[in-house]
Amino acid sequence: MGLRNFFDSMHHHFDVGGKYEKYYALYEMVDTFLYSPKDVTYKAPHARDHLDLKRMMSYVVVAAIPCILFAWYNTGLQANTALQSMGITAPNTVAGHIINLLGIGFNPDNIIANMIHGLMYFLPIYVVTLVVGGLWEVLFAVVRKHEVNEGFLVTSMLYTLILPPTTPLWQVALGISFGVVIGKEVFGGTGKNFLNPALVGRAFLYFAYPASQSGATVWVPVDGYSGATALSVANEKGFAALPEMGFTWMDAFLGFIPGSLGETSTLACLIGGVFLVFTKIANYRLIAGCLIGMIATSYMFNMIGSNTNPMFAMPWYWHLVIGGYAFGLIFMVTEPVSGAMTNKGRWVYGALIGIMVVLIRVVNPAFPEGMMLAILFGNIFAPLIDHFVVKANVKRRLRRNV
Amino acid sequence: MAKKNVLTDPLVDNNPIMLQVLGVCSALAVTSSLQVSLIMCVALTSVVACSNFLISAIRNQIPSSIRIIAQMVIIASLVIVVDQILKAYAYEISKTLSVFVGLIITNCIVMGRAEAYAMSNPPIPSFLDGIGNGLGYSLVLVSVAVIRELFGAGKLLGITILPTVNDGGWYVPNGLLLLPPSAFFIIGLLIWAVRSYKPEQVEERDFKISFPVRY
Repeated sequence: MGLRNFFDSMHHHFDVGGKYEKYYALYEMVDTFLYSPKDVTYKAPHARDHLDLKRMMSYVVVAAIPCILFAWYNTGLQANTALQSMGITAPNTVAGHIINLLGIGFNPDNIIANMIHGLMYFLPIYVVTLVVGGLWEVLFAVVRKHEVNEGFLVTSMLYTLILPPTTPLWQVALGISFGVVIGKEVFGGTGKNFLNPALVGRAFLYFAYPASQSGATVWVPVDGYSGATALSVANEKGFAALPEMGFTWMDAFLGFIPGSLGETSTLACLIGGVFLVFTKIANYRLIAGCLIGMIATSYMFNMIGSNTNPMFAMPWYWHLVIGGYAFGLIFMVTEPVSGAMTNKGRWVYGALIGIMVVLIRVVNPAFPEGMMLAILFGNIFAPLIDHFVVKANVKRRLRRNV
Repeated sequence: MAKKNVLTDPLVDNNPIMLQVLGVCSALAVTSSLQVSLIMCVALTSVVACSNFLISAIRNQIPSSIRIIAQMVIIASLVIVVDQILKAYAYEISKTLSVFVGLIITNCIVMGRAEAYAMSNPPIPSFLDGIGNGLGYSLVLVSVAVIRELFGAGKLLGITILPTVNDGGWYVPNGLLLLPPSAFFIIGLLIWAVRSYKPEQVEERDFKISFPVRY
């Protein structure tokens, strides 16, 4: 345990009154990243398993691994397929030059080539997110004297996965700055944010730079290639037209469609979801509530029907597989801080998001994608939902003792 | 209170928007362009100053039970005058400002200063108080408008400062800044900055978190 001893011998420098007292947050960050933190839940009502923030957050990152791997593969696949269809063998991009240099090629049938090409887009975005967001985290930790925790790893990973692969890096930096500072730190840091920081950053970019966050040209990182997402195709031509446009349900479920980096594969999200529910990091009530809300609302719209809006007829199993629904369902709705905390509240909160996402997708023509806005909407209502659940419980128990 | 303080206090120390958080709705609505904001500032400052002066002049004649109505009559008349002047001499801008000139009547700053200051002070200090609060309001409005127009459209007063991509320049305008919610963020950040600089403005916490931050 040489390293452990090293940390222990350093500790007094960072303790109260030590030489580097100001930088305690940095010391603590490196220490708890490498070793288990001392601070676990010890009081009722959590005294059962000594869960700590580190394990909880790390599990979310582990759960996102299928989505991350698939993000590399699918981004590369979409790019390479587009290159092949346009007959380009040496694209004039940074990623293109590097891949040419390595001699890997752009064959869409080659898994390795796809993975590498996708990685070329994933990695810069992720690194910029980590560096810029990390700087803000450390700055606030030092000034406000709270610790830097693994929550940021989750935020940065989720944020990266919900961006379009072509997002310019300066926009990535702006978005994560807004997400971390306005979405989390101004309210006091991890555990006190009432919105999901990753989504706040994404929403900022969506409204600030709509041209590079939505539309038909941003989802495939090839110049001049236009590949609309399945959702916008369904929005314009109806879901029945999807197979004609080359989107079968199976493709959408497995994720071989253009979209944000990590959100395309419903299967990958579900694998992560099973892991999260099984380890009890995610609460199943949130997921079930959200599914019920979505299915019920899409059935309602199916029954109402519409001659002018083809989205009315889209069945729930299409809503499930296209757009960001599955990713949001597993990784965003289940976020414990910004969601409802009471069990009954969780059902309501999930259902509210499920209803809103279909409402936005179907009725609002301006936003083909509804999951981001629906979840932020749900986040805002979560404290209110909890308030009423608690109030109802108080009332019920008071009546019992009259 | 000395006359000088009446004039300068509302700029930073007792700013009507940043400390009292009054008159925020117009600050959100009109600040997407600097020109419109400037006109709005002039309109509001003159209304607050004149209404303060007039209300203070007759403050001893106003029966307390109907004072709000009396104040409203004075304020509303002044706003109508301002509105008519704008329509006569700056028609285009009065169209952009549309309902917000009329809404000066209900602007909390005007009513607030009439109630809090003009009703209990002589006319001249009341007039200065009105000018001071109008300037405090203007200071925030102009800062917000400069940020919003410069980074949202790359222009100031309609003159291009940062050439945007659509016009062949390099600057990618931030569309969020042209939407009203951005003014919320900017005013929030301004309040944050001012309260870091002047900690005595920070309100007392509603509750204290007992868990030790460093353990």
